[in-house]
Amino acid sequence: MTVQELPGAGASHRSTPPPAWSPRTDAAPLLPDPEPYRVLGTAAADKLDPELMRRCYTELVRGRRYNAQATALTRQGRLAVYPSTVGQEACEIAAALVLEEQDWLFPSYRDTLAAVARGLDPVQALTLLRGDWHTGYDPREHRIAPLSTPLATQLPHAVGLAHAARLRGDDVVALAMVGDGGTSEGDFHEALNFAAVWQAPVVFLVQNNGFAISVPLAKQTAAPTLAHKAVGYGMPGRLVDGNDVAAMHEVLAEAVQRARSGGGPTLIEAVTYRIEAHTNADDATRYRGDAEVEAWKAHDPVDLLERELTARGLLDEAGIQEAKAAAEVMAASLRERMNAEPVLNPMDLFENVYARQTGRLREQAEMLRAELEAEEQ
Amino acid sequence: MAQALGRAMRDAMAEDPTVHVMGEDVGALGGVFRITDGLAKEFGEDRCTDTPLAEAGILGAAVGMAMYGLRPVVEMQFDAFAYPAFEQLISHVAKMRNRTRGAMPLPITIRVPYGGGIGGVEHHSDSSEAYYVATPGLHVVTPATVEDAYGLLRESIASDDPVVFLEPKRLYWSKADWNPDSPAAVPGIGNALVRKAGTSATLITYGPSLPVCLEAAEAAREEGWDLEVVDLRSLVPFDEDTVVASVRRTGRAVVVHEANGFGGPGAELVARIQEKCFHHLEAPVLRVTGFDIPYPPPMLEKHHLPGVDRILDTVARLQWEN
Repeated sequence: MTVQELPGAGASHRSTPPPAWSPRTDAAPLLPDPEPYRVLGTAAADKLDPELMRRCYTELVRGRRYNAQATALTRQGRLAVYPSTVGQEACEIAAALVLEEQDWLFPSYRDTLAAVARGLDPVQALTLLRGDWHTGYDPREHRIAPLSTPLATQLPHAVGLAHAARLRGDDVVALAMVGDGGTSEGDFHEALNFAAVWQAPVVFLVQNNGFAISVPLAKQTAAPTLAHKAVGYGMPGRLVDGNDVAAMHEVLAEAVQRARSGGGPTLIEAVTYRIEAHTNADDATRYRGDAEVEAWKAHDPVDLLERELTARGLLDEAGIQEAKAAAEVMAASLRERMNAEPVLNPMDLFENVYARQTGRLREQAEMLRAELEAEEQ
Repeated sequence: MAQALGRAMRDAMAEDPTVHVMGEDVGALGGVFRITDGLAKEFGEDRCTDTPLAEAGILGAAVGMAMYGLRPVVEMQFDAFAYPAFEQLISHVAKMRNRTRGAMPLPITIRVPYGGGIGGVEHHSDSSEAYYVATPGLHVVTPATVEDAYGLLRESIASDDPVVFLEPKRLYWSKADWNPDSPAAVPGIGNALVRKAGTSATLITYGPSLPVCLEAAEAAREEGWDLEVVDLRSLVPFDEDTVVASVRRTGRAVVVHEANGFGGPGAELVARIQEKCFHHLEAPVLRVTGFDIPYPPPMLEKHHLPGVDRILDTVARLQWEN
């Protein structure tokens, strides 16, 4: 299959252009609705899938506990740094649950919770942040790309992987996650443009949590919404309430389905809020007020779902306690295993730089080996 | 050389269906230097793909393709056009094997036409090899002969590690008695070659400066100098044994390259030579490099590029007396 023949490639991209410039008229409307899409607390909630929502609830509760435990580990010095997703758990959980096993997740450094919800051992997800080794897992085994610290640079990878899978005839969708700050990066633009031109089966999920470290969205972009950026690339853009896990799942599922069926990429902006600081190195009181944080706490993703499910009789006190107990088990295991001192072999520094070690590295390895032996004596 | 490079990609694509060529203009046009001519026609546009004009996107997409098991060969068109892709190159391409502890090697070949001497306007003649060789995780190779253009590119594409493949663009039109249907086997990446044996001093060079050094060695005979010429072929890994053996034999060395001298690859070579050959040296190790200036306009580039006279003048300075 050639690139031109990929399903969904627009007819407007034929090699002979029309004589004069004319706007596309064949495309579906790309502009997002101006208001974030919501399900919880609206009439749309009548069609909730009870099984899926109970699973989301369990994962949300576990995710909140995971955030609390990871933050505590930072205070104890067990983690070098932890970028919290408290308040953003619905985005993380929905992203993980919407994917099939063969699909790929491309997380940013903030998205360890999505990786955990996809099934990765929390200790492996936190290896990078502990300062142990850069990637604590085999990306191919879990179909989770290494956590990307440079902003938006993982987005073109998602496009390339999805494109390669499509060329091979495999049913694979790539879901790439990025923050609002990341949308200002050149790689964000290049990735979206490539994805749209190639009609690659990719979903771009922007978690707009209000701040890129301390810089608010209004200083980040002049676009009406980040979802509007989709228009310029020729892909649908959706604006969704990032604290509403049902809405998140629905919009993501629709985009994943479009990608899977050859309909090309989608840009989703999830409007959410980072309740805690960027990391433990950040003082959030310098750039935002308590009132704003409190207002968002009233729109908490865990509470929203709990209220909805309870009101509909889909969740009772026993169910709530059960979810909390499961979260405690995870937290206890994480705490215990993270308290074990990792054993690192300094000689590993010279492994896996190249398939075949170079002479220079062999020389340097010998130097370190001698230093280590001298230290032991 | 252009034909040999194209043939190397063609043969690699024919043998291995995971090899994909991609970049701006590589399809219908065959690349601005026509290196990829005919590949899209023979293998289809999904194997030889014209991409949007975006170097970070090209290399970033290649990373994802390699993660899925393909072997992308990307073209950067001109040396200075590769700079937008530096973050992808340095933060991801060079480090992926290491950060995943071997689980995810990236077999990507990055073809970068480099260097001056073709009258290119600004941003079309940079010698950027120092940036690449300073980045652990990348192999950096550069052919100077038609045989090496074919052999080293085949090996680069087959390599499980990323290779920055620097193509000396002023040698694209160099000819040789070369049979594309039975190309000669050449030593692999990491091996330097003595292109001309000699006894008086060693010229150490690579890529576009090799023919200049061979010409200088020829001219030096009249001055009574019998120069040895070593072609590095591979900057990372660097064949220290061949260089050291040669310099110990001749006792004198000059490193020649087009790239700026300060912080250039020659600085590293000279440092290694003085570490390993100190007691064999009859004179300080000297360099002939481009000046430490932004690449000059084409009408002045002949003054910037190392030429035969400047090499001979430098060799004369090896008549060292304490």
